[in-house]
Amino acid sequence: MTGLINVNCDFNHQLSIKEFPYIVRWRDDRCKRCGQCLSVCPTGAIKPSVKSVRIVESQGQIPKPIVKTKVIHVIEQAKDMENYCTGCAMCQLVCPNDAIEPEFNPQHKFYTFKNKGGEPYKRGGRRNDPNPSTLDRIKFTRISMLTDPALDAGRHEFRVRTYLGRLLQPENLPLTTKNGLITIDREKEEFIPPVREIFPVMIGSMSVGALSPPMWEGLAMGVAYLNEVDGIPIVMCTGEGGVPPRLLRSRYLKYFVLQIASGYFGWDEIIHSLPHMVVDPAAIEIKYGQGAKPGDGGLLMAQKVIKLIAKIRGVPERVDLASPPTHQTKYSIEEAVAKMIQSMSMAFGFRVPVYPKISGTKTATAVLNNLARNPYAAALAIDGEDGGTGAAYNVSLDKMGHPIASNVRDCYLELVRQGRQNELPIIAGGGIGKKGNLASNTAALIMLGASAVQVGKYIMQATAECLGDEYNRCNLCNTGKCPRGIATQDPKLYRRLDSEKVAERLVEVIRACEMELKKIFAPMGRSTELPIGMSDALGIDDKDMAERLQINYVC
Amino acid sequence: MCRLAAITSSRYISPEENIYALETMKEGHDGSGMGLILKDLGGVFEGLKGYPILSGICTDKGLNMLDEFMDMHGFRLIFQWSPRIRPVRGIMKRGHYFARVYEYPENCKDMTEEQKEMLLLNIRVSLRKMGEDDGSIIVFSFYPDVLSLKEVGDPLELGEFFSLDNREVTAKIILAQGRQNTNYSINLYACHPFFIQGFATMTNGENTAFVPIREFLLSRRFVGYMGYNSDSEVFTHILHYTVKRLGLPIQYYKDVITPLNQQEIDLRPEKESLNLMKMSLRYLVIDGPNCVIGFTPDGTCFMVQDSKKLRPGAVGGVPGKYCLMSEICGIDKVVSERDRTKDIFPMKYHMVIIPPEAQEVLVWDQLKGEFIRELRLAA
Repeated sequence: MTGLINVNCDFNHQLSIKEFPYIVRWRDDRCKRCGQCLSVCPTGAIKPSVKSVRIVESQGQIPKPIVKTKVIHVIEQAKDMENYCTGCAMCQLVCPNDAIEPEFNPQHKFYTFKNKGGEPYKRGGRRNDPNPSTLDRIKFTRISMLTDPALDAGRHEFRVRTYLGRLLQPENLPLTTKNGLITIDREKEEFIPPVREIFPVMIGSMSVGALSPPMWEGLAMGVAYLNEVDGIPIVMCTGEGGVPPRLLRSRYLKYFVLQIASGYFGWDEIIHSLPHMVVDPAAIEIKYGQGAKPGDGGLLMAQKVIKLIAKIRGVPERVDLASPPTHQTKYSIEEAVAKMIQSMSMAFGFRVPVYPKISGTKTATAVLNNLARNPYAAALAIDGEDGGTGAAYNVSLDKMGHPIASNVRDCYLELVRQGRQNELPIIAGGGIGKKGNLASNTAALIMLGASAVQVGKYIMQATAECLGDEYNRCNLCNTGKCPRGIATQDPKLYRRLDSEKVAERLVEVIRACEMELKKIFAPMGRSTELPIGMSDALGIDDKDMAERLQINYVC
Repeated sequence: MCRLAAITSSRYISPEENIYALETMKEGHDGSGMGLILKDLGGVFEGLKGYPILSGICTDKGLNMLDEFMDMHGFRLIFQWSPRIRPVRGIMKRGHYFARVYEYPENCKDMTEEQKEMLLLNIRVSLRKMGEDDGSIIVFSFYPDVLSLKEVGDPLELGEFFSLDNREVTAKIILAQGRQNTNYSINLYACHPFFIQGFATMTNGENTAFVPIREFLLSRRFVGYMGYNSDSEVFTHILHYTVKRLGLPIQYYKDVITPLNQQEIDLRPEKESLNLMKMSLRYLVIDGPNCVIGFTPDGTCFMVQDSKKLRPGAVGGVPGKYCLMSEICGIDKVVSERDRTKDIFPMKYHMVIIPPEAQEVLVWDQLKGEFIRELRLAA
């Protein structure tokens, strides 16, 4: 009895393994104790330990059991929320013997406990909702059959292109006829807004800084290849944080949308580069909001602000870079936003489309109406609630924002009501490709009324095997410990990523997407022009959703 | 798929000729309806050139409403024609088929032609709305020197039903469509050809881009852009919008509905303007399968295809009489004595344009941006 007195039976303030989102399954019989799993675990969720085990042995011809105590080396899972297993499975990836893997625990109470020190849970990634999104539930139900032949995605000419920039109303085109041919009437002095013809999938804003050098460089190389070799005019948004100076002065700048956000990071360098630019950028995106964290600002943590990033952004090294939740000059959309759009237009000689990006919101149509009246606003980008981020409060990611489908639909129908659907393009973002369906999600948004889509998270997943998912797997982007080397500035981590392979994957992904888009448009008999607003082609197996989106209910 | 038979002539012809042409193309229509639009009228209408003609169908109740409405707006009836109806098995007679010729109200004296056209359009649309719920009034056109006739049935039988062989009504331009009913219930407002302010078109095929185009046209807030019981009605309105509203020459209709790609546009001398046009009018692009035949207010007739030529269409004839039809057999029926090597089969880049009086055929080559005098199949 005396031995039991020293046993601690009070575990009340300790967490059991069942509280954790992922449980590490380690197999003693397979493990050769090489320690590779321990070296790659980004959170220290596993640790080596020694155990004293009781074994019964018998030697010799006559059974003669002997009880022994043996010390063995094991892998143990940490049971504190600072070192929780994120389920990234890097351990499994490096294990030579398949001796270890994390297993999702649906009964976890992670969110209940992940607030130590009164600090709410912050992470990267996107909304942790593994259910199919509205976009994934939409089907394409208008199939051209017999009365109108389906087109051939492999044979017919397809133009999977869209316009980035404000388009003049046909009635306002400064055209006149001379000798039976139309010509531009210069005497009218009508402002002709700049417009780019682009691939309808844009690479969403991910900054230099948030992304590691090889990741950003890989994407940029892929974008250039797609444009120059494949002839697919894809554009990529820089995110807030500037652009490497060499790129600013190169002819490749035309493939990039420069983002300006509330911190104005990187714009000192951009403004100083203006006289040296040999081409104009594709567009300027003014970020007012982000779907992943509506109403919240950006933050690049100090550990990511290395020398290169500090130089590009024009800031000291190793300091937290906070972008305020809102532009400090923004006190009214009618004046301040209009001025900002106009100022940015003016800076680039009115040769570059300038558009704002907002997070999905019930008030999107109000923003839209203001922009519709602003002749310099080139588009409206709306980022839905499923948009991704490098860092945000979990509550913002999971509970704030507006689904993109109905937001885009409302805005498009509002433009139709005003007869301006051909004037102000809507760019949709947030959750596209969440289930891997990049092309069908894109097509659904286009037929709901979007002119183009912005994709970030899917691109990271598809080109650099980003581990994050909607079961809160990994999502460590905010910590600088990205195990794939995508969202980190730690050379030890980003060395794992090969920029050439990222570029190669981007080319593959976009080529495949273009073919899939053709495979969607062809059976519906569309090829020459993007089927924007072709809502008669869409169906969904939910009556309320069908009614809300004004598309067909099918079952 | 429907079959189309249009004839443009320097002399007055009977719609019978179109009907016989449709009969030869019978494999392509199922007798679910025929629409006729006659322009530059002869016969009993020859002396009434400047007066607007209201064409349609009404019940007794509708006739009273119509008279009352036209009186109220000051239109004085000066002539009335109704086809002589012969009973034909399977064709149900509906009330009154009419073509009523009116004198403009007194207050129109000082109006411009433009204002008069708007007045006529407003009257037609108002009458259509008045009779739409109970079917008491159906009106197809209200315009000088244009007559429309539509009914459900086989074209040949309808010709007999309306006694179109008696040459009471003739015209220099006649569009006729033999209908193949597909997606829509049989509704006379869905029956081609469609008409608005002197422009008419009929189409063969479905229009896969119908919904965005309809939304675009409806959002122009122009009183005549309405209806859309057929997905082909938009072709007429796009033509009207291109030529009348935007003031572009007719050949740019082709550039609106089937624009060139960027490399091709760069070959055209007016590339800068074309690019602007293409971008601003992107909602009016069609993908077919369509062959569109129509006329403009001055009597110019045309045929144009979707950019993949997914529907048939041929033009042939002799100076003074040309046919624009779905199939060669229809042309053979109407103008059998002609040089067949000069028959034109418009392809991807072509728009066939026949000026009034039908003395020559022009082919607009969209790629080159110029007119070609002859396009020989044999060449």
